[in-house]
Amino acid sequence: MNKELTREERTDALGGMGCKRKRVEDARFTQGKGNYVDDIQLPGMLQGDFVRSPYAHARVKSIDSSAAMALDGVIAVLTAEDLAPLGLHWMPTLAGDKQMVLADGKVLFQGQEVAFVVAKDRYIAADAVELVEVDYEELPVLTDPFAAMESDVVLREDLLGDGGSLPDGAHGPRKHPNHIFTWEVGEKDATEQVLDEADVVAEETVYYHRTHPCPLETCGCVASMDKVNGKLTLHGTFQAPHAIRTVVSLISGIEEHNIRVISPDIGGGFGNKVGAYPGYVCSVVASIVTGVPVKWVEDRMENLMTTAFARDYHMTGKISATKEGKITGLHCHVTADHGGFDACADPTKFPAGFMNICTGSYDIPTAYLAVDGVYTNKAPGGVSYRCSFRVTEAAYFIERMVEVLAIELSMDAAELRRINFIKKEQFPYQSALGWEYDSGDYHTAWDKALKAVDYDGLRAEQAQRVEEFKAGKTRKLMGVGLTHFTEIVGAGPVKNCDILGLGMFDSCEIRIHPTGSAIARLGTISQGQGHATTFAQILATEIGLPADSITIEEGDTDTAPYGLGTYGSRSTPVAGAATAMAGRKIRAKAQMIAAYLLEVHDDDVEFDVDRFVIKGAPEKFKTMKEIAFAAYNQAIPGIEPGLEAVSYYDPPNMTYPFGAYVCVMDIDVDTGVTDIRRFYALDDCGTRINPMIIEGQVHGGLTEALAVALGQEIAYDDMGNVKTGTLMDFFLPTAWEVPNYETDHTVTPSPHHPIGAKGVGESPHVGGVPCFSNAVNDAFRAFGLRHTNMPHDHWRIWKTANDLGLHG
Amino acid sequence: MSNKKHFKLTVNGEEQEFLAEPRELLIHTLRERLRQTGPHIGCETSHCGACTVTMNGKSVKACTVFVAQADGADITTIEGLGNPDNLHVLQESFKEHHGLQCGFCTPGMITRASKLLEENPTPTEEEVRFGMAGNICRCTGYQNIVKSILAAASEMNAAKEAAE
Repeated sequence: MNKELTREERTDALGGMGCKRKRVEDARFTQGKGNYVDDIQLPGMLQGDFVRSPYAHARVKSIDSSAAMALDGVIAVLTAEDLAPLGLHWMPTLAGDKQMVLADGKVLFQGQEVAFVVAKDRYIAADAVELVEVDYEELPVLTDPFAAMESDVVLREDLLGDGGSLPDGAHGPRKHPNHIFTWEVGEKDATEQVLDEADVVAEETVYYHRTHPCPLETCGCVASMDKVNGKLTLHGTFQAPHAIRTVVSLISGIEEHNIRVISPDIGGGFGNKVGAYPGYVCSVVASIVTGVPVKWVEDRMENLMTTAFARDYHMTGKISATKEGKITGLHCHVTADHGGFDACADPTKFPAGFMNICTGSYDIPTAYLAVDGVYTNKAPGGVSYRCSFRVTEAAYFIERMVEVLAIELSMDAAELRRINFIKKEQFPYQSALGWEYDSGDYHTAWDKALKAVDYDGLRAEQAQRVEEFKAGKTRKLMGVGLTHFTEIVGAGPVKNCDILGLGMFDSCEIRIHPTGSAIARLGTISQGQGHATTFAQILATEIGLPADSITIEEGDTDTAPYGLGTYGSRSTPVAGAATAMAGRKIRAKAQMIAAYLLEVHDDDVEFDVDRFVIKGAPEKFKTMKEIAFAAYNQAIPGIEPGLEAVSYYDPPNMTYPFGAYVCVMDIDVDTGVTDIRRFYALDDCGTRINPMIIEGQVHGGLTEALAVALGQEIAYDDMGNVKTGTLMDFFLPTAWEVPNYETDHTVTPSPHHPIGAKGVGESPHVGGVPCFSNAVNDAFRAFGLRHTNMPHDHWRIWKTANDLGLHG
Repeated sequence: MSNKKHFKLTVNGEEQEFLAEPRELLIHTLRERLRQTGPHIGCETSHCGACTVTMNGKSVKACTVFVAQADGADITTIEGLGNPDNLHVLQESFKEHHGLQCGFCTPGMITRASKLLEENPTPTEEEVRFGMAGNICRCTGYQNIVKSILAAASEMNAAKEAAE
């Protein structure tokens, strides 16, 4: 026997929670051996490709595919007419609406799927797409949701009742044929009264532009129908493989046990890969029809133009306060542009997601929120791009409103926040719009952040810069962007969170092998978050076996337990909790085995890092490795052989990560060019599982925030043409534009989560967007600017400066 | 449309001969014909760099090179840069410094970085950022990619010095 290790050495040897474990995923990715959907090549596989509409709104009068079919190597050209007998020309959306799989008489957005070509290879398929003749009759185009609510042009005739009546939608009454829903939260009358009676009211309209998650890998799938065994295998870029299996079963009629959905390695998701797309349905149908595998992978232009956009929220706010700056009320109305179909990915009861987190980090006693969803001739979607459901919109709204209020009150924006933060002792905190914040210590985080950046020094420097600018000594202004955000993630409790009726629990199943290694399978799926690394760390700490001896597997519905997938920062809060709970079941059984082996009562042994010891006699112990072996080779009275556990975890509440960010930006008034001099990000995600991975998530989320705030946009012209359909026009920052970030943290564990973890992947995006935007707005505050909309690209900043008369 | 021509390429040290349409894109030749699936397709317009390979000693984006343009070329993909028993310093360094997340950009990143360090063995941070600006990453924010490349450069230079 080797020299006995110290407790600390034994802990380190596990590689458990809190250590900077290197990622187990990296070996294959750095050697080009990842397995992404487009890497899959099955024998006899065909390639699918779409004929898409060049028009944003048009009748489809006829489709002639004869020339395409005549091309050597073309197997089929599917249209809505072919899918209709199967009932598959339309499909349900996640938002309770339905969406055309292939154009059924008309098209509602540019790039809409009109016909699906199946051919022997991608080149023939692309040639055939060009040969399909579609006769369109153009219709008036509505790209503005406010105009759509006034227009006589009906986008969705399919939703009209008899005699043109207006039946209720999935979320209640509709006011106009182009209206989808109204969602109200909070107290309308009380809020209006508070606003009427307030010392000060600040009003502003804040538009959060349409953008797109744009993961580097586009969406795609390979459908393979095995007609001999009646089994369908569907590989795809799915952030929620189990939900996809259920949806495929419901709409195709294939029994769920005969469907195997596999999400292989996924090249980033950020919300884009949550939904179900026509490409998946067409590939499945094509494989059923042809009896061979069919692959469909969208190109970048198709990705940007057609699969799940994000945001497009027109938010009008009123915020009231006392003369001293104590906020008394908040009123928010949103006109939400959902495009041609309502394909938002939100829990059923939340048609505007968790927009009602828009009271932010502040103790606002009275509030009211109303959201109107509207159809337009734009692509459907409305997913949460690197955020929990609509939380980025909410955080951006409140963090802009607080800045506008500070201007109205002639107060410092940092001080205004400080006097309105929910206090540590108020948690759990009941918000005016219905949430129970689990834990927080905002003042500590805020003070730490302001001290780290020498906030007072920055303001003094900024004031001096303004003087120099006015004196003609410089053409550069300086902005100090502040943000304190509160997220709501980890959806969610089954009592109020479901998608298509599926409760949003998650799961983990663990099998301990006789030699003391293990495999754990989860209902989630990593898209770069490093689950194989971090979930093994949770288990290592919980069950006392080294993380390096634990395989984590996700994404195969035949083997993994049912779960709702990875988005909305729900993996750690929900599946991470399931992992810990399943680990504790393993430990409970291990305790009984240890007691038997040590010949004492169960209560006389206790867990100690990697073993069970006899209480008071730690030299007498059985390691988890020994216990694992015993579970398989000893007949223990009253205990079944084996060492396995499953946990389905229904979280009692959401988790509420928060953070304090500061951005220091220099702006060239004559060119509109921004230079981020400094970015400080303090995140509190509760218990920290792997600091290296957390830091990586923060860097990435901030960079996606920089992109959105400073230029990334899905823009349309008045005809509904997408103006930003390639990476030439759609801004993805490179290493050249991105600064180095300073990361910091506090730790306020979630009181209801088994390990106290809250989730972090989306925090930097949620907090980063308002922080960058606030910096731009703040730079011009001394010159009378209240608010200017994102994206703050060079042109818009130049225009802002010009409108303020700063160009002389 | 049978318009196939005979082509010859050397890919990761192995000579390959095949018939293909001249319009076939090199990235498809590599990925689908020769099953070198390390380089990926992210945009098909030369912006993202996920398809970066080394062709005749230069970094190229294989999504916008016709196989006809590559005829006779010597090509190295991520698969030819190292192997499990003998990894390239950059492959180790990206893991060590958490220079990747989803891994989709990584083969192109590392292939480009290997060329960058040949062109400039002692780059500054600014030179790394400029030299890597043709490769987009959506996950990492680049901070750790830059760190990985600078660390690899130091290590390679130290090894070279030790050898001299």
